[in-house]
Amino acid sequence: MAKSILVLAEQLRGGISDITYEMLGAGRAIAQALGVPLEAVLLGSGTSQLASSLGAADKVFVADNPELDLAAPETVAEVVKTLVDKTGADIVLVGCTNVSLGIGSILAARSQMPLVNFCRAIKVDGGGLVCTSQLFGGKILSDVKLADGRGIIGVYPGAFPIEQGRSDRTPPTEAIDVSVQPSKIRFKQYIEPASGDVDITKQHVLVAVGRGIQTQDNVQLAEELAQALGGAVCASRPVIDQGWLPLTRQVGKSGMTVKPRVYLAFGISGAPEHWEGMQNSQCIIAVNTDPKAPIFDGAHYGAVADAVELLPILTEKVKMRKG
Amino acid sequence: MNILVILKMVPDTVEELNVSADGKSLDSEFLRFKLNDPDEHALEQGLILKEKSGGKVTVIALDAPEVDDVLYTALAKGADRAVKIPVSQAGLGTKATAKVLSDFFSSGAGAVTPDTLVLVGTYAIDDLEGELAPMLAVHLGLPYLGVVSSVAASDHGLIVQKEFAGGLRGEFEVELPAVLGIQSAEKPPRYVPVAKVRAVMKSAKIDEVEIPAPTDTVCLDVQRSYKPEAAGRAEIFEGSPEEVADKIVDALAKSGVI
Amino acid sequence: MDPVKINLVGMPGIVCLWILTVLAFGVFGWRVSRLIKLIRQGRYEDRFDNPGRRLLHALKHVLLQPRIFNERAIGLPHFLIFWGFVIYATCFNWNLLRGLFPFIPIPYPEELRIVGLFLEVFSVLVLISLVVAAGRRMFFPPPHLHLSFDANVILVLIGLLMLSTLFGSGFRVVADGGHGSAWAPFGTLLSKAFGSVPPESARRLAIGMWWLHMALVLAFLVYLPYSKHLHLLASPFNVFFSQAATRPVGDLTVPGAKEDMSAGASRWQELTWKQLFGGFACAECGRCDRACPATASGHPLQPQQIIQKVKNHMVRYGLEGADGTVPKLVGEVIREDEIWACTTCMACMSRCAVWNEQIPLIVALRRHLVSQGQVEKNIQDMLGNLQRYGNSFGKSDRMRAKWTQGLPFKVKDARKEPVDIVWFTGDYAAFDPRMIEITQTTAKLFNLAGLDFGILYEAERNSGNDVRRVGEEGLFEMLRDKNLDAFSRVKWKNGTRIIVTTDPHSYNTLKNEYAFPDGGVVVRHYTELLDELIRGGKLNLNRRLSGKMTYHDPCYLGRYNGVYEPPRRVLAALGLELVEMPRSRDKSYCCGAGGGRIWMEDGPNIKERPAENRIREAISLNEVKTFVVACPKDIAMFRDAVKTTGAEGKIEVKDIAELVAEAMNVEDRKPV
Repeated sequence: MAKSILVLAEQLRGGISDITYEMLGAGRAIAQALGVPLEAVLLGSGTSQLASSLGAADKVFVADNPELDLAAPETVAEVVKTLVDKTGADIVLVGCTNVSLGIGSILAARSQMPLVNFCRAIKVDGGGLVCTSQLFGGKILSDVKLADGRGIIGVYPGAFPIEQGRSDRTPPTEAIDVSVQPSKIRFKQYIEPASGDVDITKQHVLVAVGRGIQTQDNVQLAEELAQALGGAVCASRPVIDQGWLPLTRQVGKSGMTVKPRVYLAFGISGAPEHWEGMQNSQCIIAVNTDPKAPIFDGAHYGAVADAVELLPILTEKVKMRKG
Repeated sequence: MNILVILKMVPDTVEELNVSADGKSLDSEFLRFKLNDPDEHALEQGLILKEKSGGKVTVIALDAPEVDDVLYTALAKGADRAVKIPVSQAGLGTKATAKVLSDFFSSGAGAVTPDTLVLVGTYAIDDLEGELAPMLAVHLGLPYLGVVSSVAASDHGLIVQKEFAGGLRGEFEVELPAVLGIQSAEKPPRYVPVAKVRAVMKSAKIDEVEIPAPTDTVCLDVQRSYKPEAAGRAEIFEGSPEEVADKIVDALAKSGVI
Repeated sequence: MDPVKINLVGMPGIVCLWILTVLAFGVFGWRVSRLIKLIRQGRYEDRFDNPGRRLLHALKHVLLQPRIFNERAIGLPHFLIFWGFVIYATCFNWNLLRGLFPFIPIPYPEELRIVGLFLEVFSVLVLISLVVAAGRRMFFPPPHLHLSFDANVILVLIGLLMLSTLFGSGFRVVADGGHGSAWAPFGTLLSKAFGSVPPESARRLAIGMWWLHMALVLAFLVYLPYSKHLHLLASPFNVFFSQAATRPVGDLTVPGAKEDMSAGASRWQELTWKQLFGGFACAECGRCDRACPATASGHPLQPQQIIQKVKNHMVRYGLEGADGTVPKLVGEVIREDEIWACTTCMACMSRCAVWNEQIPLIVALRRHLVSQGQVEKNIQDMLGNLQRYGNSFGKSDRMRAKWTQGLPFKVKDARKEPVDIVWFTGDYAAFDPRMIEITQTTAKLFNLAGLDFGILYEAERNSGNDVRRVGEEGLFEMLRDKNLDAFSRVKWKNGTRIIVTTDPHSYNTLKNEYAFPDGGVVVRHYTELLDELIRGGKLNLNRRLSGKMTYHDPCYLGRYNGVYEPPRRVLAALGLELVEMPRSRDKSYCCGAGGGRIWMEDGPNIKERPAENRIREAISLNEVKTFVVACPKDIAMFRDAVKTTGAEGKIEVKDIAELVAEAMNVEDRKPV
């Protein structure tokens, strides 16, 4: 029988990441089903204050130590392992985010616990758990059984609702004493994205372009539609990597997370890394030549069409409608 | 610098992926393999590093269909040595893969020297059991950092950039030897013409290093695999581009943005 | 009145002539041998096959110069200057022989009345031509005509030669008593002006004119090899050695190559001798630049400059031995954006009056860039897709025949069932969503005609035509070998083995570059096949279409392979009235897609894309509502251009197969 569930809370520059609440929400549901406590661990400077927002947990372990800000993954994994050994937690939730990537794997390699990565759903099944993982760029789902209910679960961002991980109550905290070994990996500084560009997270309408836009010249077609709609252009990683748009316009895992009223996706297939950044848009309209593109599985409206062909027509129609 | 790049073959998602009769694994009939995307970037970053700071690039892969082509291509791009470990990648979980690779490093065919840098794609699309780079780092007792998008040599080792989110990056100092998970190279992977690859196939050799196959290939119990249901499937607008555009404009109007 | 029987500078004239001749020919020979040595540093290429056909080709294009007449203003003047030159060269040699060997029992040419008359008449015609040529250079220079000092030198020189002939004749008439003769009409005319000159002085002046004439020609001989006028010596050889004399121009194979040519040329010595030689034949006339769609669009490419830059670079560092670091041929002498701008449309080569070969040269430079991985990202992705999936769309090869799913009949798999015809659809027809309907229509036409045809399904690969022209030779070979392997597995019925292509680019490479091993394959474009079917009564056109349309000749069908009539006959059979655009047939204007350009970015300085220019040309024809094409890439390019030029509603781009289907009411018919 399980003893407790531990969530590795994630914070960056003094702010709790969304993934933390998503994990707390998911963890709360399992904890209830299993009848065990849900605990969280929060590391880094100023975390004694920050911990108060993790009320969904029954208890928060806090290591308020500036040396743990952006510490090497092995250092964080070591802290978590010590805590697991101490509390006997048998389920550990870690975010599949850029910030936390690798911590779960190190923990799995160092402990006897298996890791289930890229998890989008967790079900309690008897004494064990069934985790649904998203593989092969979202094309295949696999249900993995953790029969004895022990394991590390890598939680995919955006898979669980944030709301269920938020709570007004202030959780009990317990400071843990961590002696941080000098690491061979040292954080030096942040590199900010070039500023002065449009803030795509504040737009009501986003016209997003992906690989299907084909050429840099065609980005202009999206720009014209965005202008007609009073919004801005953003893009998936391939377009940014080509240098056709600045980094500030990237939506997805390494880019921005956006929630506009309308997200128009042109020539974007909908890989999980992109989906992660725009799935909470109120209305998603996708245009892609491939009828099997995964983006159609989550969008509200879709059209199987060539983005390059459709864009100028759409721009005209929008202008006409607006008068 | 002794640069080792781990190359892993993964199913090509351009091909239709189907689940086999056992309901758990991928149907091998239509399966084709290609180099994991981030691994291609890891190789490129290794080559850039070699060009800038000197050193030797060794590429290492487990056996998989089409892996020879990938290894020869790496040699044609500028890698100095290619190693194939004749243990089949198919059906091997991340843990077992990390074990095979760490055995390679202790086999004498590839020692971890003080100037060793192991580059691995930061993730692979089939990393169900976890990412390879951190697991290998644990086996080798080396520091690890992932989601790296730039690596440069410095006095004390390396200066690397890691991506966070929202375009924010962090700069880290990393001491060698180390393992890095590469998200993307500083420059897009280079193109190497077919003739060059063919010439390399004639002149160069792939070293085969025998490593005992692991006894436990996977550590997870997959009960069922399936294609995602089209539950939340979009309402598809049909018709000519004009008609489709009209319907999109209607949808835009409905959501109140025009 | 023998001009050599005088004393000059204290020596007998004949000795002077010998000295001058030996000197002039010596320097000339030495200079020419240095040039030959220079171009022999290039790579070997076999251009010595079939000398008989080469000679006929050279005779036609050197003696009759049909290509010179493609620009009317200068056509006749150049023709006359050329023939004047030939005649004068003959007479010069005659004079020289007679002067050097006085014992030869022949008169001087002018002493034969008929020759004298001929020379006089020609002198005047040439002088008029010179005035026209000089006037054109001074007042109406066409764009891209290179106005060099060299050119003025030759015009002055030719003028002096003509004047010395006429003046010589005039003085001779005075010396002979001033009576004149109908055999020397202009001499007689001029003699009136010299009436006051005493006969003896006139005789000396006539001899002076002879010497002036000879000395000028000998001086010209010395000057010729290192000037742009080497053109007149080199171009006949250039025409003789041209690829088109014995082989299709659509074949980029280098016959007899002794090295691996797939890495292209990074130095001038890595070009073939023929590519180097072309620079000496170039007359800098600018025909190629004026024809080039890349030049017209504002791309930095000028085909003539490519030829000239290679020549000047080679002369500077190979002949003159200039000091300093040799600039890189690719990247410095010729910029990368010049090299990538070419659409390989063949307009330059088909216009060039000396039959230079710009495209193979540009491809050799591209090959070097590709070998260095210096390829723009789009092209890289495309080449990667072609390597892996065999198509530029990056789709699974198993999806290649997906377009057949909408058909009311099954298309045979030619590898499994016997067929007469294998249809090589090409990437755009099979994968581009804009094209699939047209491809299905074509299939229905073939079906209704009762053709026994099949396709290669997933075994078909991109033909490699554009890949080869991008400069990825190894990938071209790989694709070609895979296709040849697929064709070798075709179960042919007994009979003619026909391969029909939709895409003119595939057509070109299959026809000219694949070298099918057993030879017994006929490659047809679908327009040729439709033409045959209609003429053979196999396609029942039960409805006559009406209205005016214009037809765009695809580069790879027209200029490359001379297929002009079949599509026109099809259109005529449908009842449509064809209105030709000003630029049609071999002057057709490229859509801009060829040579891999369809995958490349247009830079920021592009004034007007070729396809847009072409659509505007079509619109300027009155009342033409349909723009007919016979190439899938044309559909893509021109439909885009119709939108970007705002010509929607004014003109519609249609594939010829769609029109045939309309005339047959295909949709109402049951498949066979």
